[in-house]
Amino acid sequence: MPEENKKSLTLSVKKLRKSFGPVEVLHGIDLTLRGGEVHAILGENGAGKSTLVKILSGFEQLSDGELHIGESSGNSQRIDVWNNSIAEQAGVVLIHQEFNLAEQLNVAENIFLGNEIKGRVFLDKKAMRAKAQEYLDILRSDIDPDSPVERLPVSAKQMVEIAKAQAKNARVLVLDEPTAVLTQQESQVLFELIDRFRQEGVAIVFISHKLDEIEQIADVITVLRDGELVGSYPAAELSKDDMARLMVGRELSSLFPEMPKVPAAAEIVLRVSDLLLQGNSAPSSFELRSGEILGFSGLIGSGRTALMETVLGLRRPAKENLGRVELRGERVDFKQLSAARNKGVAYLTKDRKGSGLLLEKGLTFNFSLFSLHKISKLLIDTKLEEIAFEKAVETFDIRMKDKSIVAGNLSGGNQQKLLLAKILEAEPSIIIIDEPTRGIDIGTKSQIYHFIGQLVASGHSLILISSDITEVIGLSHRVAVMYHGEISGVLEGEEIEEVEIMRYATGLKNKVSPQIKQNGTSNAKA
Amino acid sequence: MPKLDLKTAGPFIALIVIFIIGVFVNEAFLSSGNLSNILARSSFIGIVAIGATFVITAGGIDLSVGSMAAFISGCMILLMNALMDSIDSMVVIIFLAIIASLGIGAVAGLINGLLTTKAKIEAFIVTLGTMGIYRSLITYIADGGTLSLNFTIGDVYSEVYYGVFLGLPYPVWVFLGVAIIGYVLLNMTVFGRHCFAVGSNESVARYSAINVDRVKTMTYMLQGICVSIATIIYVPRLGSASGQTGILWELEAIAAVIIGGTVLKGGYGRIGGTVIGALILTLIGNILNLTDAVSNYLNGAVQGIIVIVAVYLQRGAWRRD
Repeated sequence: MPEENKKSLTLSVKKLRKSFGPVEVLHGIDLTLRGGEVHAILGENGAGKSTLVKILSGFEQLSDGELHIGESSGNSQRIDVWNNSIAEQAGVVLIHQEFNLAEQLNVAENIFLGNEIKGRVFLDKKAMRAKAQEYLDILRSDIDPDSPVERLPVSAKQMVEIAKAQAKNARVLVLDEPTAVLTQQESQVLFELIDRFRQEGVAIVFISHKLDEIEQIADVITVLRDGELVGSYPAAELSKDDMARLMVGRELSSLFPEMPKVPAAAEIVLRVSDLLLQGNSAPSSFELRSGEILGFSGLIGSGRTALMETVLGLRRPAKENLGRVELRGERVDFKQLSAARNKGVAYLTKDRKGSGLLLEKGLTFNFSLFSLHKISKLLIDTKLEEIAFEKAVETFDIRMKDKSIVAGNLSGGNQQKLLLAKILEAEPSIIIIDEPTRGIDIGTKSQIYHFIGQLVASGHSLILISSDITEVIGLSHRVAVMYHGEISGVLEGEEIEEVEIMRYATGLKNKVSPQIKQNGTSNAKA
Repeated sequence: MPKLDLKTAGPFIALIVIFIIGVFVNEAFLSSGNLSNILARSSFIGIVAIGATFVITAGGIDLSVGSMAAFISGCMILLMNALMDSIDSMVVIIFLAIIASLGIGAVAGLINGLLTTKAKIEAFIVTLGTMGIYRSLITYIADGGTLSLNFTIGDVYSEVYYGVFLGLPYPVWVFLGVAIIGYVLLNMTVFGRHCFAVGSNESVARYSAINVDRVKTMTYMLQGICVSIATIIYVPRLGSASGQTGILWELEAIAAVIIGGTVLKGGYGRIGGTVIGALILTLIGNILNLTDAVSNYLNGAVQGIIVIVAVYLQRGAWRRD
């Protein structure tokens, strides 16, 4: 365990440059990390944050510039050879954006991976398990140290990564977007832990797109823009507005677009009544009106995605399901996503890398994959395909070095825009979007919000699942909140407000509509 | 792009190099008889390998093709011999046998497909199983010996293997036809795109409204049909089937596919490359037959080296871009 008298570390880079092939992505960065400070790094997607922290932790080599390391601020020395194992020996630990866990091993084994506690001959499994439990307890996490990592939800994996950092006795802890997959409560626990590390003299690097979080925990803020250093500032001197302005380099127009009102008489385009999901006891009901954005809020794992995937035919409902799904009054039972697509319903997955885009395939290939039926009879009309793609690049402002790159080489924000273009190319009238702006910089976020605004204005109806509460509040006409697999309330007008949503999301309040109650009781008997 | 793409051009360059070696090794190599023999022989593995290109591109593998070919050969011979008593026209008998062959191939592929998709067993295990089943069935049907085609039918049917059109044996034309259809199907149709997508990432394919199970099953059916086509032109060559028919075809087919640049883990496939791969494998065997420098018994070793070198070069080429 870290001791209080541990000597803190100062790690700094001077005029750091980094090139990949002929392309320089970092143009002379100066940065100093000091023990006992939380150093936030801010920047839009593609600004070079991840590359910078990979260099700091030895996963990438710097192309030019100097790296200094010192026990205290006085006597720092220049380091010539800096790689991952040297960095780890010095106590620099990076928690990757994409996790670095051995999926088949259990939690305790992962926490001590490469850092095992040994008995005389064999590994001391008992000691590792006990220690792992201790680390998890500090995180107030109820993850079972014996559970295989592959069975854990994303947020739990993040917690395991953090526990792993504790085991490594970190002196510089680098967190690359740790809260992107955490709920607000989990994030708060993480912040308490960061605070504890800070008091112990650990230097912490923190990357996040959530400005609230940065305001809450950062001591120093460094802003990058297009690989250039904008500057390093004491956190107290910057407001959230300042942060956003420095990142983008221009004044932000309003983040959310003006939304047209939904007329009270608007047609109900999608009605889900008493749909019973697998592994759930309570059925779900909701309706979506034409031209409306229905937000879905709730904690991670509350069943929002499962509900939508069941509606769309990506999952089967529970065997004893008696509920139904109606599309403009017509009953449907989608067994394949293609059936839903052909009826004008599309789904934008929250997992853009795992389920959204083929990262090793080209942009056009990805773009047309969901709507090939539109451009082919016997053969695919590649001319039409090319024209449609060019148009989408323009409409959605997809930025790339050149058109022949693969999707995996786009920045996160541009991947998300490509994914949105891919889904919309099928011309759906009902669009279910799941976490559309996760891990995306504020400039692209605003763009995506405006696309959503245009969709609604042109008569589309949307369901918006998001863990970003400001986003749900800023965009939705009504908000359905889910708790433990059921819709605990549908909020309208004045009720749509952060604290109220959290009450429903955490089970403090539950106003199930009368019709569900009826069926809920009949279901409880079954 | 004007830059030479090693991934695409590599197999073709290798083919030319091996061809030139052949020219230097023996004068007989360039004789028209030898060349058309090479083409005809490569068409069996080539046709099977075109089917395998679909299976592998969509992320699967089919080890059962050799046994399946033996089993289908046996069924065709039994059927034709049995029909001798009731039907007079040899052509009708052969036609019926061809239809039956295609049917058996498609159903055998369907079984492989359903077992991998619906029963959710790994393709390697499923086709390892069916490989054993078909191999043992043909041995059982032939009672451990050889099934021979009736000579009267054999005489008529042999035209399919030995017949020549525009200077090339019929099997070469069939190979060419299957290759062209395969190319169009893989590169220009929705089904082909779906094969790439499924092999590249099944989850993305599913969320792109692709019926993953159907695409995979279709690739196994295509493979079965290709095996059946190869068998249809193979049976008249020997006029018999036994437990030894089609041995190691699965490995030669997979080797041809891999030499051609298709990626074994799926997501990327090339029909043109597969055709070249099949030609390279046959050329090596042919050249070793024509030279004393290397023993003909080392055929397998040379083929093995070629496969490993081919993959090594492909990987290297990838790392650069």
